This record gives sequence, C-alpha cells and structure tokens, in this order.
Amino acid sequence: MSKRVGLEASHAAAEAARMADVDFIAAYPITPQTHIPERLAEMVADGELDAAYVPVESEHSALSACLGAAAVGARTFTATAGPGLEYMHNVVYVASSMRLPVVMTIANRALSAPLSIWGDHSDAMSVRDTGWIQVFCQNSQEAFDMTLWAFRVGEDSRVLLPVMVHFDGFHLTHVTEPVILPEQEEVDRFLPKFHYPFALDPDKPMTLGAFAPPDIYSEAKMAQEVATRKSRAVVLQGFQEFGDIFGRYYHPVEPYKTEGASTLLLTMGSFGETAKTVIDTKKDKGESVGLINLRLWRPFPFQELRQAVKSARTLIVFDRCISFGGPGGPVASEIRSALYDEEKRPKIVSFIGGLGGRDMSAKDFEYVIDRGREIAEKGSEELFETVGIRGEVTGIRG
Amino acid sequence: MAAKRLKTGSDFTWQDMEVGNVVTEPGSGALRRTGDWRSQRPILDKEKCNKCGLCWLYCPDAAIKPLGDGYYEIDLFHCKGCGICAKSCPKDAITMIEEEEK
Amino acid sequence: MAEGHSFCTGCGEALALRLACKALGRNVIIANATGCTEVCTSPLPVTSWRVPWIHTLFENVAATASGVEAGLKILMKKGRIPEKDIKCVAVAGDGGTSDIGIQALSGALERNHDFLYLCFDNEAYMNTGIQRSSATPYGASTTTAPAGKLSIGQTTWKKNLPEIAVAHNIPYVATACPSYPFDLMNKVKQGADVKGPAYVHIFSPCPTGWRHASDLAIELGRLAVETGIFPLYEVENGRYRLNIDRPTLKPVEEYLKPQGRFRHLLAQEIARIQEHVNEEYAKLKAKAACSAS
Repeated sequence: MSKRVGLEASHAAAEAARMADVDFIAAYPITPQTHIPERLAEMVADGELDAAYVPVESEHSALSACLGAAAVGARTFTATAGPGLEYMHNVVYVASSMRLPVVMTIANRALSAPLSIWGDHSDAMSVRDTGWIQVFCQNSQEAFDMTLWAFRVGEDSRVLLPVMVHFDGFHLTHVTEPVILPEQEEVDRFLPKFHYPFALDPDKPMTLGAFAPPDIYSEAKMAQEVATRKSRAVVLQGFQEFGDIFGRYYHPVEPYKTEGASTLLLTMGSFGETAKTVIDTKKDKGESVGLINLRLWRPFPFQELRQAVKSARTLIVFDRCISFGGPGGPVASEIRSALYDEEKRPKIVSFIGGLGGRDMSAKDFEYVIDRGREIAEKGSEELFETVGIRGEVTGIRG
Repeated sequence: MAAKRLKTGSDFTWQDMEVGNVVTEPGSGALRRTGDWRSQRPILDKEKCNKCGLCWLYCPDAAIKPLGDGYYEIDLFHCKGCGICAKSCPKDAITMIEEEEK
Repeated sequence: MAEGHSFCTGCGEALALRLACKALGRNVIIANATGCTEVCTSPLPVTSWRVPWIHTLFENVAATASGVEAGLKILMKKGRIPEKDIKCVAVAGDGGTSDIGIQALSGALERNHDFLYLCFDNEAYMNTGIQRSSATPYGASTTTAPAGKLSIGQTTWKKNLPEIAVAHNIPYVATACPSYPFDLMNKVKQGADVKGPAYVHIFSPCPTGWRHASDLAIELGRLAVETGIFPLYEVENGRYRLNIDRPTLKPVEEYLKPQGRFRHLLAQEIARIQEHVNEEYAKLKAKAACSAS
C-alpha cells in the first residue's frame, strides 16, 4: 500500500534516490539544498541506503566524482543550488557531452552578488545551453516523482544524458507538503537497473573523453544535439510509464483551465500553484483566464507550447530571473522565439519578479494578470514589467 | 590481411560518432606514423651491441623492439630520432645520422 | 600505452609514462587530467591507450578518480559487477596537480580513497606553451614569467608537492625519475599496491620547455638527482627514506647549464639556488635520519 506522508521537497527527492537504490552520491552542502545531502548521509549511515557517499570538498568535485562513478556504471545522484551550480559549471557541460547519466536536483537559488541564499531561477537559467534534460517541479510530490522519472529517462540506453530536476529553494525545499510514496515493488517495476554501455573495464578497455581537433569537433557536437532532441521520445514515454504505474501523469506543458481563455499566464515551478488560486478566483468572476505550467524545459517542448497557446490573445510569461541587458525575462524570450514563426500567436508580455526569495502572493499574481492584459491591449515601450520591486522601472527598452 | 588505415576526423559524419565520442578500439593511435617527424635516425651496429637493452628501456616512444636473438631493432615507423638511445648506449653501438631527403 | 603517441621528440614525460604503465599492468583504470599526456595520447578518433581511460577536465582528475574508485567499490559490494582487482590511477601534470588541481587532490587524499596519484612534473604548463606553474623552479624562464631586463623569470621557489602529500598522512609518497627506471617502476608498483591513497611525484624533463637537446632527458634527470635538486625519496606512513644519498652533491650549475630556461642566470642567482638546494637537502636528510632512529 502506498502511504501518504509529510515531506519537504528535499526529503522527497532524497527518498526518491533511496527508492531508486542509487549507488553513488557525491555532494557538497549549500543552502537551501543542505537537507538533501544531509538526509542521504543519514540514510547511508543507518544502512537504509547502500550507496557510496563521498563528502567532496566542492561542487566542482561533486559533479566530477559523479562522472567518474557513472563511467564505471554506477547509478549516480547529486544536488546543488545557486552558486554551487555555477562552481560546477565547467563540469556540467562535460556531463552531457560525455553522455554520462547523472541525476541532479537543483534547489533553485539566486546568484551572487549580492549574496542571497533565497530562491529564484537564475541558477537554472545559467545552464540552459548545457545539454541536460531539465524539468521543473511545483510541489514536493513532483520533486519525488520527477527524481524517479529522471533516473528512468537519463539512464535509458537511447538517451544516456544527465537530468536536472529543479525545485524552488526554501519555498519547496524547506516546506513540508503531503507526498504519496509508492511501494518499492512499483519503483522496481518502473526503474530497470542501470547499465552503462561504455563502462570503464580492464576487460574491455575504452577511451572516454578524448579531445577533438577542429576536423571532428563539429560532428561530435551535432551528434550530441541530435541525441538531445531525440531524447524527447523517451521523455514522453517516461511520463506515460510513470503515470501507468504510479497513477500520476505528467506532461511537458500542463494547461490549467485554459479552454477558451483569452489571457494565459505561464509559470515554472512552485509559484504557479499560487497563481492557480488567482485563476480560480478570476474564473469565478467570469474572467477569461488560464494558466500554463511549463514543466519540461529541455529539450524545449515547442509542439506542446504552440498547441497550448494557439487560441489565446495574450500570453503573460512570469520569470524569476533577469537576463541582464537581454531581451526581457529568459523564459519570455524563449517563448517569444518559439512562437515567432507561428501565423497565429498571442501577444507576449514579460514579467519579472520573485527574485532572491521575494515572495509572490495571490494579490501579486492578480496584478500581473490585470496589468499584463492592459499592456497587451494598449501596448508598452518596455521590454518587461516588474512585480513586487519597489521603485518604478521605466525606460527599459530594446 | 587488409592493411589497417589510420582513421582521421575527416572520415566521420556526425552519424559516425560513437555515443559520447568514446573510442572503443584500444591502441588505435599506433597507426600514427610519428617516424615522419625525424630529422636524424639511429643506426645500430650489431658488432658493438652487448644486448644490454638500455636503448629499449630508455626510448620514450617504445620504438625499439626486442628481436628473438636478444638484439634490438629500431621501429622506423614510430622513431622520432631524439637520440636518447645513442646517448644511453654504453657501447656506443648507436649513432645518429642525418635523415635522408626522400 | 601504445606507440605512435605525439609527445615531443625526446620527451622525459613520455618515457616516465611508458615505464609507469609497465609497472601498472592492465588491471587499472586511468583518470587523466588535461595536459601533455592527455593531448598526446587521445586525439579523436584514435587513442594510444590499451587500458580503460577517462579524461574529463584539467582541474578535477583527483575528483574524477575518487568517483571511479568509490563507484567501483560500491558496485562490487552490491554485486552489480564482479569482484576484481582494479586499481584506479590518476595521472596529471604539475599544472593539474599543483595549481588548478590542488583542491581536488587535497580532498581526495583526505578522504582516503584507494587510488594512486601520479604527477608528471615538467615544471610548467607545457602543453599550452610553457607558462609558469607553482612547480616551476626559481630562476627558470617561462612564457608568463620570462627572464627579461627586469626579471630573472620565476621569482618564487618550487612548491613542494610531495611534502603537501605527506601532510595529508597518506600511506605512501615517493619521488621518482625516468633516469632511474627500475626505481620508478618499483615506486609506481608500490604505490599501486598500497591500500589507501598513494602519491608519486615524477620528474619529467622537457626538451621543448626547458630548451635542451632532445637526447638529454636521461642525463638531466640523473643530474637533477645527483645535484640534490630532485632527491629520490619515499615516505611510508610518515617515515622518510632517502633512496640515493651521495656524500657530496654535484654543483647545481652542472644541471642548470644545458638548459636554455636557465641560460640568463648570473653567478649570484646560481649561488642562491645552490644555497637553497643545500638547505632543503639537509632538511630532507634530517627527516630521513629521524625516521631511521
């Protein structure tokens, strides 16, 4: 019988790694991810989890050690946040280009300077182009589910790519929410054992990580790009299989009450759940609104996104990150780009808020939708709007 | 037996790339003709050679091969002509001569 | 390691690596940092390696090796792979060890991983073009600390990496030189056989970077030992053992002279070097004597 318990997203992710019988963990503590390596260390110390736990001396070494372990065929897990992700940035590219499956949960945190231990999506946005499969979670249940799913998809022999599971620092990592934990037998049915086809083995010596002269680098990168795109099929299959076994079906793009809605709000991560309460309230008042939860970030779900927004007049995109000097919020700019060539597409309004732990209340989202609609109608000279930032922001134009 | 040809990058389309660019054939680099680097080559005088093996031991390129009879031969396909063998030979049995113009 | 690698003509590191591989045998997994060895042995689409080998980055070989070692251990413990005798060996240059890689090395040594770390020290970032490292000796000219009108080149003393390894209380630390091939092979073998971390620091003459004739690597290695510039010693569980101790050391000038990187040094600089070598050698002898008692 599956059981319902109260878990922080951190502990939920750790529990998922445990149920997945992960072999190798190398992690460095950083707020607000600390509960993840702490819980895992406890599990190993108490014999609940049979894994190598390597308390490395930095995040860079954490991911590097994970690569070494994955290369010998170990199921590998790590976690980090904000500046920790930046410290391992060099290694992040190598994980995907060497096609070594590692599952890494990111407790989304703001980047310095100034130092902020609190949540936003700047860390996630800094690794957009690194070639990892990436998903966002709205709650602790999803933190658990997506971590399990990540092993299934990343380790699949048709994929062999590392996967990042993003969930908001503090808002999810330190908040206890109800989580339905499955039976171990169900997890074992969902998740086959990991087999790395190029495992380092003296009986079958291979060379991993050779360097590429200019006459072969482009082909190597193209092969990687094609593999990243092709992983989509397994991503979707993974969602389907997950639903079939555990009863919860996930999708790359998850519309919420969007049928017939002329104004849509797009969010990623936990703030979307707050926004959904506003959608409910407004719908009760007869307003034509809906919400889109963008779950799959990479490989970007172009098809599903275009389908989800095609009948809307206005699409408000909420970003928790500033791309300095760039084309508005990073997610908004990607959405704009994805929809640019569509014959029929909504007007896109970019909102930036929720930086460095700045909370977004229902009222704030009400403002976002109302002001977003207003801008869509009257037009604006600004590249993006802000919400919850004291002091007027004008004159930010392309 | 077909002669093996050294693979070069230009032979590969992106579809030919192994997953993760893993090189599955061990020692495939042995086909690289590093002997082309030479500007001088070692000549071994068997009369003087005492079969001590120091030349074989000290060659950075593993380009000196032991023969069945205890003597050694230079692998000119790989020998870069550094001269360490000549320098190390206790019997001065190896001399370096200018590599001929081809 | 197969022939046909692209190390420079007369490279001391190539020879040292060849000898180390002989000592290690086939039951190893090598983690290699970016550097001369990595570049000369692994140009896509071919490889010189006949043992399993992984390269990730420049600065993390000790961390990658930690993952290989602990990964193998847990997989064997869990019965996921057959129990086999496989040694994890980390290979790096002085750059990847002394500078950008020192954090990862220190971490791996402290965590007591069962692996062997081989540092091939050619005393600069040779692969990228002879830039200085913290292992570059005092007075040497490199491209980023060149000898010039206002400078003698490297103005700091060579970082003592073996001592840093010893400070981590690991079971085995040794220095080695390809001019003493059997000593080198024995030390590599001993380092591989030890349970726990082992560190072997290997002197690697570089004709290209040190600007000496291509046939001099062996001679220079010998001179380095005979002048006391690179003493051969082992530290087993904290006890020092000097492998070669001459009653009188040859003057350092004999070692410095054949190398273009020291050509600019005046007598007073050479004297400074001689004094420093004498001091350091005396310290080492004292440690060995203390360990012997």
